[in-house]
Amino acid sequence: MAIKEFFAIPARYRTWSMALMGVGILSVIIGFFLYGTDEHHHGARFWASLLQNSVFFLLVVNAAMFFICATTLAFGGWQMAFRRIPEAISVAVIPLGIITLIVLIALVVIDPHIFHWLHPHGDKILEGKSAFLNIGFYIIWTILAIGLWIVLGYKMRQLSRELDNNPLPDAESGRKYIFKNTVWASIFIVWFALTVMSTVPWLWLMSIDAHWYSTMYSWYTFASTFVSGMALITIFVVYMKNQGYLEYTNEEHIHDLGKFMFAFSIFWTYLWFSQYMLIWYANIPEETVYFKSRVTSKNHSGAYTGLFWFMFCINFLAPLLILMRRGSKRNYTTVTFMAILIIFGHWLDFYQMIFASLFPDHVTLNLFDFGVAAGFVGLIMYSVGNALTKAPLIAKNHPFIKESIIHHT
Amino acid sequence: MAVKKFVVGCFDDEGPLFDAVKKVRKSGYKLHDVYTPFPIHGLDKAMGLRDTSIHTAGFLYAIFGTTSMLSFMTWVFTKDFPLNVGGKPHFALPAWIPITFEFTVLCACVGMVITFCYLCQLAPFVKKHHFHLRATDDLFVMVIECTPKTNESEVSSFLTSIGAKEVNVQNAETGWWLGTYDKDQKLFEGQSETVSA
Repeated sequence: MAIKEFFAIPARYRTWSMALMGVGILSVIIGFFLYGTDEHHHGARFWASLLQNSVFFLLVVNAAMFFICATTLAFGGWQMAFRRIPEAISVAVIPLGIITLIVLIALVVIDPHIFHWLHPHGDKILEGKSAFLNIGFYIIWTILAIGLWIVLGYKMRQLSRELDNNPLPDAESGRKYIFKNTVWASIFIVWFALTVMSTVPWLWLMSIDAHWYSTMYSWYTFASTFVSGMALITIFVVYMKNQGYLEYTNEEHIHDLGKFMFAFSIFWTYLWFSQYMLIWYANIPEETVYFKSRVTSKNHSGAYTGLFWFMFCINFLAPLLILMRRGSKRNYTTVTFMAILIIFGHWLDFYQMIFASLFPDHVTLNLFDFGVAAGFVGLIMYSVGNALTKAPLIAKNHPFIKESIIHHT
Repeated sequence: MAVKKFVVGCFDDEGPLFDAVKKVRKSGYKLHDVYTPFPIHGLDKAMGLRDTSIHTAGFLYAIFGTTSMLSFMTWVFTKDFPLNVGGKPHFALPAWIPITFEFTVLCACVGMVITFCYLCQLAPFVKKHHFHLRATDDLFVMVIECTPKTNESEVSSFLTSIGAKEVNVQNAETGWWLGTYDKDQKLFEGQSETVSA
């Protein structure tokens, strides 16, 4: 079979990514003058939107590298036919990581009153947490986290491309190559566990409610971004299929990606519910305060109730019922539709995680937030598209490639 | 039970088996089943089997589990025996979700196991016919069902020609073991002569 090895960016793709990035930049500028200079809220509305979008999209593209490393450690072969897609998505960690780093450092330097732990002022709880919640640790850990994601991701991509022009001479060197891959993948996974799966969501998001804490929070955030990351991979795989690339990827691979989206939607719900139920059951005021703005109870109405349950429906009920059938996981249209829905749903999840804590009285979601999101989507499209042109679309010399081509679920 | 006549061909590798399955289907012989030591990816497709409907059954069992458990607990805690547990409302939905979930899973998996046994005609008191004992070890056993028009020596030589290492003819019970099954009972019982086309 003649295969198209290199991706050529279609003109429409480039136009769309540029247009979306333009919308994003315009939104940020307009948003800055509308909300960023607001004396009353110290520009918190503006910075919160930047925080939500940059962190969400950074963690989503970083999930692509997690997917590569997890499948490498599991000796998975099925993903090899389209592995260059998550690799290209992980390149977007570089621009998004830099933007997020700037936003996160601005949050403590400019201080738009998003992190209250910056000024404990004799608050016993915040002083008790100051070993973790302090500017020095926050900045160093943020730089380390993003920096190592970029460096280790780069190493994983290098390992993958190393074989493109020098095929492995024998089985023994193949074993050595796989071992080298697992070593670097496990280093990435360990760092991922220390950041995305534990400290980073505490530091970047949970510290908005500095008095409140939940040990489920980081897992919950990870599940949210991983399922969106799988959805993003699926969208790009389907797009490339539609453009006539990825000849060896077929509905068997789409089926497995669909399974990932299905399974991790359920996993997200499991964590979401575990966090909710424990707090509901214990009914301790310092814990239930988190849900005051998010859930309506008998004596209290939360402003974000509608958004909260709407997000729950599209993140749990829709994937559960629509992706359950085998046929729908193998259908390109259904899978793409669900992928877009899941990304949107988890974007809303991040929205309520941040805004329901900062602005508990009323929902402020408007075109500005969508404009900023569009900018990040455009940036992801742009950098992933560029990255796809740089390397062959199939890792043809990888020892597991045949396993992926004959993959059958 | 209906006793039918089968031509059994044994293959020693899965590669030739795939080709053989395709050739048998192309030649129009009635493929009864293929018995393999381990599940082979893609063989169901090659044999032209339809998708199993056991997951539909599983979904229905799960729905049954969810609704029955939720309605049972609602009845118990709001109508039959309302208790004040730590000031929680009587209709304490979040507290019931784990139980509902577990019961859903229990219903789905137990129901699916029973359905699977029913579909495969498996039960402790049912003695199944083995076409070849080594099908559980290292042989890939393909079984072709004879119809009144089948010439089994022709089928045997055909199987040998497509790579079967061992070919024999067996009479075996088939069909459903409780209630109704196909009407041609005892069709080939005791007959050993060739049925010519």
